[in-house]
Amino acid sequence: MKKLIVSPSPHIHGSDSTKRLMRDVLIALIPAFAISVIVYGTSVVKVTAVAVISCLLFEYLIQRFLLGGKSTLGDYSACVTGVLLAFNLPSSIPVWLVILGSLVAIGVGKMSFGGLGRNPFNPALVGRVFLLISFPVQMTSFPIPEGVDSLTGATGMDASSGATPLAFVKEALKSGKSVSELMPDLSMADMLLGYKAGSLGEIAALALLMGFAYLLVRKVITWHIPVSVLGSMALFSGILWAVNPEQYMNPLFHLLSGGAMLGAIYMATDYVTSPMTQRGMVIYGIGIGVITILIRVFGSYPEGISFAILIMNAVVPLINKYVKPRRFGLAK
Amino acid sequence: MLKSFRIGGVHPPGNKLSKGAGIVTMPVPETVVIPLSQHIGAPATAVVAKGDTVKVGQLIGKSAGFVSSNIHSSVSGTVTSIDPVVDGSGLRKPAITIRVEGDEWVDTIDRSDTLVRECTLTPSEIIARIADAGIVGMGGATFPTQVKLSVPQGKKAEFLILNGVECEPYLTADHRVLLEHGREVAVGADILCRALGVDKAYIGIEANKQDAIDYMEKVCADHPHLEVVPLKVKYPQGGEKQLIDAVLRRQVPSGALPIDVGAVVQNVGTALAVYEAVQKNKPLIERVVTVTGKSLDKPSNLKVRIGTSIRTLIDYCGGLPEDTGKVIGGGPMMGRAMANLDGPVTKGTSGVLLMRENQSLRPEAQVCIKCAKCVSVCPMGLEPYMLSKLGKHRMFAEMEPRHVTDCIECGSCAYTCPAALPLLDYIRLGKAEVMKMIRARKG
Repeated sequence: MKKLIVSPSPHIHGSDSTKRLMRDVLIALIPAFAISVIVYGTSVVKVTAVAVISCLLFEYLIQRFLLGGKSTLGDYSACVTGVLLAFNLPSSIPVWLVILGSLVAIGVGKMSFGGLGRNPFNPALVGRVFLLISFPVQMTSFPIPEGVDSLTGATGMDASSGATPLAFVKEALKSGKSVSELMPDLSMADMLLGYKAGSLGEIAALALLMGFAYLLVRKVITWHIPVSVLGSMALFSGILWAVNPEQYMNPLFHLLSGGAMLGAIYMATDYVTSPMTQRGMVIYGIGIGVITILIRVFGSYPEGISFAILIMNAVVPLINKYVKPRRFGLAK
Repeated sequence: MLKSFRIGGVHPPGNKLSKGAGIVTMPVPETVVIPLSQHIGAPATAVVAKGDTVKVGQLIGKSAGFVSSNIHSSVSGTVTSIDPVVDGSGLRKPAITIRVEGDEWVDTIDRSDTLVRECTLTPSEIIARIADAGIVGMGGATFPTQVKLSVPQGKKAEFLILNGVECEPYLTADHRVLLEHGREVAVGADILCRALGVDKAYIGIEANKQDAIDYMEKVCADHPHLEVVPLKVKYPQGGEKQLIDAVLRRQVPSGALPIDVGAVVQNVGTALAVYEAVQKNKPLIERVVTVTGKSLDKPSNLKVRIGTSIRTLIDYCGGLPEDTGKVIGGGPMMGRAMANLDGPVTKGTSGVLLMRENQSLRPEAQVCIKCAKCVSVCPMGLEPYMLSKLGKHRMFAEMEPRHVTDCIECGSCAYTCPAALPLLDYIRLGKAEVMKMIRARKG
């Protein structure tokens, strides 16, 4: 008789795999990608393709010639990094900057720590923030979507560029205007649907929320991080707004503008760089939400969610050390 | 909303292939191999010698301590050896081998089907009969039942919970026992309540066994103290601590026993055996075993004499399929893979599961992506990723303060891990090492 296979239990395995989870994240991003193509045209496809191909290529090269070990190209994690990096860039960005950003994202953000599972910071955000700090002009010039009135107020842009709602509001408030003077220029419906200037993947709040629903249904992520990020942003900005509605924007504006949705749903939830317990996730999410509003309202940058996520990424090991899961046997 | 335990859990596909197959009594085999250790605790001492003739139900191994159990012959015939025999694990274990001759039962055993409800024995008499009959936990844990019923001084049992959850995929033995012997199980519950001095019993059944829930609710009409609790389908709902949490909303603290929260849990198969022992004077000599697998001809529920070889069971169900890669004693989540098919059915054998070759190998392990799924599914609220890593690096001392001894080895973490890491392997290793350290400390 042939030999029987003997191994310890469990003898069955669930349907989850790294590959399936990553693929689901890519699927969840399709609606936002589609809206972006509609709003900004084919340059969106170009930027995304360049980012994905560069990320895969750099991961391959670093693994092959520097790091060694088994290739992780097949698990789609580099694809996700590429797409998320692209989503954080203006569609008008020069190709060479996309390639440079991918190199920093994969090379510095991921592989320098040993590759998948070992990086403390979200690789796509490392790439984005590197570009934002090093090439601020290219990173903050956004083409004006067709059919959208140009918001002016940001400086240093050529005629074809527009300001994001966040940048527009920041400039205007700084110059002494009141919120009620600005509101006629801002359409919440357009912001929800994606008709606004911004990074190519962040504009379509509704499409990003659809992807969130998909990720929840597929159990790729839980609600904890996105809801605590967005909830704390709404609460904090809501308090400010209640104190002085002429000086501070309302919570809905904050949730629909900038990278709030993209950051809360897709960047902050990166497995590797977020906490291991659900309570930890809530603490982490609240930290991101509060820091984001602090930067947006009181800082010098119009948008701060990238920085907020990276700052909280650094706190994750501490959260994991002190916030433990609720153990069985302690309930009444 | 259906009741359930409060922390973690997974949802493996049920695959209850044999749920419609009524219990069939297997023909008596030609020989049986009856191990002297089929329970947790000290092995029994043989009280027969080579060449002795024995009857069905005759004592052949005597309990050798407080935590131990009697062993009875499941057949009539001649003892051919009292020597260690290689069992399904591939290890040699002391056992009594009997060549079968006829089917002659000890004449004090009532073999009729008539239901006997009346029981006027005192608690200690009931417990003594259960001990005599060699009854152990038949869900797989095989803890001697009389020990579980002997409530330590200063503690009080408030509730009996019958475990009819059967949360392991594939297994259907308890399901069939409820459907076909539900009345006996209910009387067994009454007897257990009497032994414990409690007046409330629950029977937890997962909602994927609606027919069993309906039938037992009907049966309970005649047993006012017994109540059916339908439970959400979630693994490991049948874990003792999880079941108590689901039914009573009480959590057994770390290191404590169910009795510390006033609960005693018994498997439904055990309740049936208790009924037969106390009311029919029949020791534990046979049990219902699910024999199943996707390629098996006839997935079945068989009533089998203890000591029958696993191979005989498989042959009876259509033979070992060509594509078999693994044979598991028990269910796929917590069962043990067998090294050979010559081992016997024991008191704790709830199922024999044949896995196809392509289901038998683990997926290739990847790197941990810190997805936190193992943490969220752990029913004990532990951090499997961390424990596993510590175990892998043999940092056992670090595992104790992280409560590795709470681990019930349910396998939910390894089941769910998207990186297919062998989480439980390393945790189990660490748990054993930590137990050793604790024992050494106690001296």
